[in-house]
Amino acid sequence: MTSPLLEVRGIAKSFNRNPVLQDVSLSVGRGEVHAVMGENGAGKSTLMKILMGMISADAGEILLEGRPVSLRDPRAAMDLGLAMIHQELSPVLDMEVAENVFLGREIRRFGAGPLGVVDLGEMRRACQELFDRFSILIDPCVCMRDLSVAEMQLVEIVKAISTSAKIVIMDEPTSAITEREVAILFRQIDALRAHGVSIIYISHKLDEIFRIADRISVMRDGVMIVSDVASAFTRDSIIRAMVGREITNFVPKATVPIGEAVLTVRNLTWKKRVRDVSFSARAGEILGIAGLVGAGRSEMVETLFGIRRASSGEILIHGRPERIRSPGEAIRHGLALVTEDRKTTGLNLLGTVEENISLAAIGRVARFGLIRKGKEHVWAEDSIETLRIKTLSRDALVSSLSGGNQQKVVLAKWLMTTPEVIILDEPTRGIDVGAKRDIYLLIGELARQGKAVIVISSELIEIMGLADRILVMAEGRMTGELKRDAFSQERIMELATPSNEVRP
Amino acid sequence: MTERTMKPTASKRRPRAYGADRFFQDFGLVLIFVVVVGVLVVLSPGAFARPANLIGIIKQASINGVLAMGMMFVIISGGIDLSVGSIVAFTGVVAASLAHPGAYPLALTIIAPIVLGAAIGAVNGASVAYGRIPSFIVTLAAMIVFRGAALIACDGSPVFGVSGAFEDIAGGFVRDVVPYLAIYFALVALASAFILKMTVYGRRVYAIGGNPVAAGVSGINVRALQTSVYAISGALAGFAGLLLASRTVSGSPTAGEGYELNAIAAVIIGGVSMSGGVGHWYGPVIGALLIAVIGNGLDILNVSSYYQLVIQGLIIYFAVLADVRSKGGLR
Repeated sequence: MTSPLLEVRGIAKSFNRNPVLQDVSLSVGRGEVHAVMGENGAGKSTLMKILMGMISADAGEILLEGRPVSLRDPRAAMDLGLAMIHQELSPVLDMEVAENVFLGREIRRFGAGPLGVVDLGEMRRACQELFDRFSILIDPCVCMRDLSVAEMQLVEIVKAISTSAKIVIMDEPTSAITEREVAILFRQIDALRAHGVSIIYISHKLDEIFRIADRISVMRDGVMIVSDVASAFTRDSIIRAMVGREITNFVPKATVPIGEAVLTVRNLTWKKRVRDVSFSARAGEILGIAGLVGAGRSEMVETLFGIRRASSGEILIHGRPERIRSPGEAIRHGLALVTEDRKTTGLNLLGTVEENISLAAIGRVARFGLIRKGKEHVWAEDSIETLRIKTLSRDALVSSLSGGNQQKVVLAKWLMTTPEVIILDEPTRGIDVGAKRDIYLLIGELARQGKAVIVISSELIEIMGLADRILVMAEGRMTGELKRDAFSQERIMELATPSNEVRP
Repeated sequence: MTERTMKPTASKRRPRAYGADRFFQDFGLVLIFVVVVGVLVVLSPGAFARPANLIGIIKQASINGVLAMGMMFVIISGGIDLSVGSIVAFTGVVAASLAHPGAYPLALTIIAPIVLGAAIGAVNGASVAYGRIPSFIVTLAAMIVFRGAALIACDGSPVFGVSGAFEDIAGGFVRDVVPYLAIYFALVALASAFILKMTVYGRRVYAIGGNPVAAGVSGINVRALQTSVYAISGALAGFAGLLLASRTVSGSPTAGEGYELNAIAAVIIGGVSMSGGVGHWYGPVIGALLIAVIGNGLDILNVSSYYQLVIQGLIIYFAVLADVRSKGGLR
């Protein structure tokens, strides 16, 4: 029995005297895929930041191949063979893909150090080689900005792997990529494992964990609850360890009488990304929109909501044609859109919980342009209670909340506008089991109240569990519609996979 | 991470207890101001604490304070306005030209520079919002253009010969004690405080500074709002131009040089974030007062004006450093 590749012993860390990690130990063997699980706020990210030298621990030690090491800064961690794929990507958007992959370790034509002359051609070539090895179809010469989130994620993964790291930390690597890309990633993980590279894999997705993990460690409230081989766990035992109480992941589907069409979309088109989309959403109905990342689902609802200007098409609210040219008009017509990315388009991270909740419907708490603070406080408290948002107070900065609770704040903001049609774009991405369940319950409740709910999701299980009807999109077009009794993963994937027709 | 503080075991810790760090974050600037004033009173009781001197300080701070209030709106919204110094000169020349005894009604000489400033600001704002040109560049261009326009308007030489009534706008006193200038500053500060804190408009200024994309998605007309904050800054710069012309009894095309930087300094010292979205109204008020007090104090202590510049620069540097520190380091 050799010593483990990485050993973490008795790590403790506090922020502002609040302990976020207490006596955490973790042992990762060579060539092992070690899943670290826990709800948001359990301390996983803090632990990983310590491993990457981004923050320092208050106590404890870290041993690499049996020797204690000091991880002063990210450079030191990288030099020791640790690499991390961040949950929140940090690419340089205006640089080429190849430049991003080699950021910080540029290939030099001659010279050394910062004065060396960068050999862009060689970097492109080396990048193409890496992509070929991982069968990734991205052009190394294009600008990072022009990639989709999924493509950026793939680039980040390649970047981390290509640093010839001994340990690769993957923080929610599949949160933004499609099944097909997940398969590519898992093949790559298997290859790395075979080469003796260890992977610390952070994810909320239980299916994934069971597919690839050798060992599983579960954290809760800054403490390591359990760590064992994967076969010793069941779905339920992991969830129990994570939340510390019994919880059922699946929310029973409520049957709600479905009413009139509230929103009807006819031949909606936006440039070449949304083409001729028609559908209607009815009161009390949960309408799912499935498709691969990049199928144009987000673009479609953003066009519908007036964020993008439709090239053509018609929108009818309660059967009356209406023009929606801005989000303001969409809100006035009773639409709400919980956007895909809460950090960039959903929240004012500098604002408080209350300010964010009342942002879209501030007119309702104001009179003559003056905010009625008392009313605002009552409404904010109300939202915090009904949505069970875990926050110190309504005055806490929204950035201090966990992902799931931030998402609830975005939901609260939109519910304040009393919408008739509520569109949720990937509402449970990157949030923990408990918050997910709360959001499922809420979606059911909204349908029960007679609202038309439209849910975009890339998780098939989720969308099949929630929806009454699923529309499938591929390459900007609506390729199919399935009633609940016809739901099947195979059928959805079939419709979602782009056909071989020649692109115009 | 915050979630765990909700747990019963952690509640003993009282994470929100009002500790020293939070006190300094909220009132550090006030404290610095009080300390500086205290030191000056001790060092030079006869000269500094004289009523005439204190009134002089307030007059000194007022015009910069008015500009700082407008600058605050722009900076909180996520922009910057470099044109205010030149607008002061241009509108000052216009106001003085209109203020010859018996030429035009006094009301016109008061309204014209303000409306003119607002119009210039609105053009700046529209260029930023609809033209998508960075505010630094738009207002840098406007700064140069309106310095030139001020020179053209008076053919390069200051405009003299204003009426007594015009002189009284900034030169008058209430009961011979409180200068009108101080009252204007107070009114502008209170109005700004009211707008930022109490109104939907103010809330939205913070929202577009915090995250313009999220604000737009939430139904806020981000462009119109951006345009309006520059119009406010421009209007207040026009008002400041009027006050400066009245105070100096002339309209000088070279007046107000560097005023934009003083206003920015007051806003920054006041703890308003240069990246937008964060800041309290009283910060820039105290910032403007602090700049005036320090300038006056150094004069009284016979510190050479060369050294004064060094000291003022260092104060801005350390104010921001302290601010960054108190907000949890540079990350």
